[in-house]
Amino acid sequence: MIAELGLAVLWMAAALAVLQLVTGGLALRPEGRALAGLVRPVAVMQGVLVLAAFAALVTLFVTTDLSVKLVVDNSHSAKPLIFKIAGTWGNHEGSMLMWVTIMAVAGAFVAVIERRLDEPTLMATLAGQAFISLGFYAFLLFASNPFARLAQPADEGQGLNPLLQDVGLAFHPPTLYVGYVGLSIAFSFAIGALVTRNVGPAFARAMRPWVLGAWIFLTLGITAGSYWAYYTLGWGGWWFWDPVENASLMPWLAATALLHSVSVLSSRDALRAWTVMLGVIAFSMSMVGTFLVRSGILTSVHAFAVDPRRGAFILALLAIDIGGALALFTLRAGTVTEGKRFAFVSREGALVFNNVMLSGILGIVLIGTLYPLVTEAYGVKVSVGAPYFNPASAMFAFPMFAVMAVGPLLRWRQDRLTGDRTRRVSWPVLVCAVIAVAVFAGVEIVASGIGLLPALGLALASGLFPAALLPLVGRNLRRTPLPVWGMVIAHAGIAVSLFGMSSESAFSVERLAAMAVGETREVGPWRVQLAGIMPVAGPNWTALEASVSTRYAGGMPALLSPRAETFSNPPGTRNESALETRWNGQLYVVLGEAAADGRWQMRFWWKPFAPLIWLGGVLVGLGGLLALAGRVLADLKRWVARDKIAWRRMRQGR
Amino acid sequence: MTAAILKPKHQRLVLVCVALVALIGAALLAVYALRGQASYFYIPSEMATRPPEQGKGVRLGGMVEKGSLKTMPDGVTIHFTVTDGKAEVPVRFTGITPDLFVEGSGVVADGRMEGTTFVADTLLAKHDEKYVPREMKDMVSTRSRQAVAKTR
Amino acid sequence: MNRSNLALWLPLAIFAGLFALFVGRLLHPGDTVVASAFVGNPLPQFDLPAANVGRPGLSTAAFRTGRPKLLNVFASWCVPCAAEAPQLEALARAGVEVDGVAIHDQADDLARFLAANGNPYAAIGRDDARKVQLAIGSSGVPETYVIDGRGVIRYQHIGDIRPEDVPMLLDRVKAAGGGS
Repeated sequence: MIAELGLAVLWMAAALAVLQLVTGGLALRPEGRALAGLVRPVAVMQGVLVLAAFAALVTLFVTTDLSVKLVVDNSHSAKPLIFKIAGTWGNHEGSMLMWVTIMAVAGAFVAVIERRLDEPTLMATLAGQAFISLGFYAFLLFASNPFARLAQPADEGQGLNPLLQDVGLAFHPPTLYVGYVGLSIAFSFAIGALVTRNVGPAFARAMRPWVLGAWIFLTLGITAGSYWAYYTLGWGGWWFWDPVENASLMPWLAATALLHSVSVLSSRDALRAWTVMLGVIAFSMSMVGTFLVRSGILTSVHAFAVDPRRGAFILALLAIDIGGALALFTLRAGTVTEGKRFAFVSREGALVFNNVMLSGILGIVLIGTLYPLVTEAYGVKVSVGAPYFNPASAMFAFPMFAVMAVGPLLRWRQDRLTGDRTRRVSWPVLVCAVIAVAVFAGVEIVASGIGLLPALGLALASGLFPAALLPLVGRNLRRTPLPVWGMVIAHAGIAVSLFGMSSESAFSVERLAAMAVGETREVGPWRVQLAGIMPVAGPNWTALEASVSTRYAGGMPALLSPRAETFSNPPGTRNESALETRWNGQLYVVLGEAAADGRWQMRFWWKPFAPLIWLGGVLVGLGGLLALAGRVLADLKRWVARDKIAWRRMRQGR
Repeated sequence: MTAAILKPKHQRLVLVCVALVALIGAALLAVYALRGQASYFYIPSEMATRPPEQGKGVRLGGMVEKGSLKTMPDGVTIHFTVTDGKAEVPVRFTGITPDLFVEGSGVVADGRMEGTTFVADTLLAKHDEKYVPREMKDMVSTRSRQAVAKTR
Repeated sequence: MNRSNLALWLPLAIFAGLFALFVGRLLHPGDTVVASAFVGNPLPQFDLPAANVGRPGLSTAAFRTGRPKLLNVFASWCVPCAAEAPQLEALARAGVEVDGVAIHDQADDLARFLAANGNPYAAIGRDDARKVQLAIGSSGVPETYVIDGRGVIRYQHIGDIRPEDVPMLLDRVKAAGGGS
């Protein structure tokens, strides 16, 4: 019953999306003005209905309704509740429904709260949003119905992939989806603005919170995903340049560029066409990523079940949505009037540099990800990994970091670094540069063996961190606006993360050993001893658990328990690492197999400052959150004030 | 001086040019770097007919030959032979082997040739019953989806 | 103005290039049919015990009856195996004998799987150690082999059988019957 209800509600929501598209489109014409009042309620209703459909699917999973095919294929009655819920989106159909849900709910939000934008642009935006959703509705309803019943109920479900049975991973995809869908709103705004040719600060201010929100979720999603891969795969690495990882990185890069160009457009009314194009590109990257992952034309560690027909469907959506938007851009961008001018040495100039460099990195990642596809067309099989991505992206990232140290200190429009500005800008930046050079020299002297990239990274990070804090100097910290705090924290987070990455790659110590129980080994500054091996059991797995006593030079001993888990439904294994975190790094322990002579394979890494990688990511996300909070609060204040005035006027009018 | 504000038409042109130059630069850099850095995929018979340069990073894919797997006294270094039914390549690997790594299973090894031995840095594990290294799909006897079942 | 208008076409052109690449890869996904090294070889000697689900076990001798058969390598825990079950049923209904090798499976799991997805198998052998699977050059589930009347492997189908594969497999079986 619930399944049929869910499907029915989904159909109704799709019908409303059609209505939203048609009325939104008609409302743009003078004769259709009367319909404009209909668009907002329809958008809200559509959001509510899809949410109901999604709730129905979650219910089916929670109750493990074994007459529903999707539940049988992806769930199991013996699974812990949280993974039953996560099973809802841990599969193709469910994740697509989740995608539409987030999209429609976000659309409803836009309809309810967006008041700054002129009415025609908003109508065009909501129509655009409905158009994108319709593609996904069609996909769900015609090609991958999540509510399909089995002819005969199954006795038991097939379970969920053991690797997915991890709390971190269970909530990782939805985080990214929110990010992708937030970008779809930015995309719709860009379409709306192109349709009405109304690209200006009001458009940028309307779009900014959505870009910022999407960007926060993408940042946190990528950070969490990287940490998940780090501790659960047991490979000791935290980023593999895997196609799925790149698929989430590319929208982030585009969103970061968009975030900065939107801020130029909203405060200075420059970079109009560029911002619109980034809005289109950011969402294109989400779609391209989804396509690459789902179609299976690139296989990856994290692949979903692959079906070429799904790939074709997503590709068709990609062609219609993105191709259409880019065609619209090509036709209309020439008529978007030139924005305000600025000098090279100015805040805008620095932000343009940032944008161009980010686009460069985006190009590097995109080409590297697709290169195997191109060569395969000629029958040559290649794989592209860190040896390509690291230096090629650093070529763009490092200059960008250098400019990032200066940019926030510059004035809008035009600045000069002489005269009275020397004390305020040039000297502090020079000090940071000296720190960076000193660290580079120090690193080269103390540890000359490390690579050039990590050494440069350490130096840049050390200079960038103080430079990132400079915008706060001379300000009253209490009265500093939240967005400024957000920017400072996010930039500092980048420095922190860069330091962690460089340190991890420069100073990691790896030790691999076959150890008998009771044996001891040295790993960098640590002494580790294999104290024992014990079998343990969880709700749906059994495992061998090693107890490893560890002791940092002169510190307190700590007990670690890495596990080799074996799952029963479906069968599978996972090597769960154990981590011991100190302020200056992390010890990483993996239990391998038993050797023939009764010893156990153990793998240890001492990774100095590695946790900073994710701490930095969290700081970046936090910075975004502060900026968003600042903007939203300011908007709220403005509304409240305006509503008061309107109310007063209304009373006086009576 | 550069601090002077540019004329409107100029500014747009300059920005477009800067963006184009950077993007074309990125593309050229990418293509150049890819030619040098992409690791090529070999199967044992290709390894025999046209071996890669010594020390150049490549991938080797094939089946682990039955009876070839030997563990060295240190307990973590293994030697085995990868075959595609026509040729064989001896492989050395130090580390924890992936769960599904057994004699007779398919394997993809990242590494390089040192002498006549292929020294693997990583053995590719599949982490999903749906995961197949794409390169494996073309391979003769081993191309295929791998089972999640452990042999033992 | 003219020059920047040309630049405006660039994103669309890049996208068109990407699209062409994607379409090309979707239409020709590298892994078109490649004959297995085991095709043309006789089946290795094996004698698998019955899986205790009301079907006999499976041995090499069962494939020397003069009639071509399908040999399906599957497991109850494998999701694509459930997906291909209707196609196997269709093949069985078309008069082809389908024998199964169940990989690393348990009798009650298997019984449940067959009850849920149908049981087209004339015989099911249990291969807990994946010995037979590896011996016939299969490293995954599901896979389906066409075996002719003398026990020689004629064709190997890797992955699940999609509805569009059924006529092709029927043709292969017919060819294997006529050729021997």
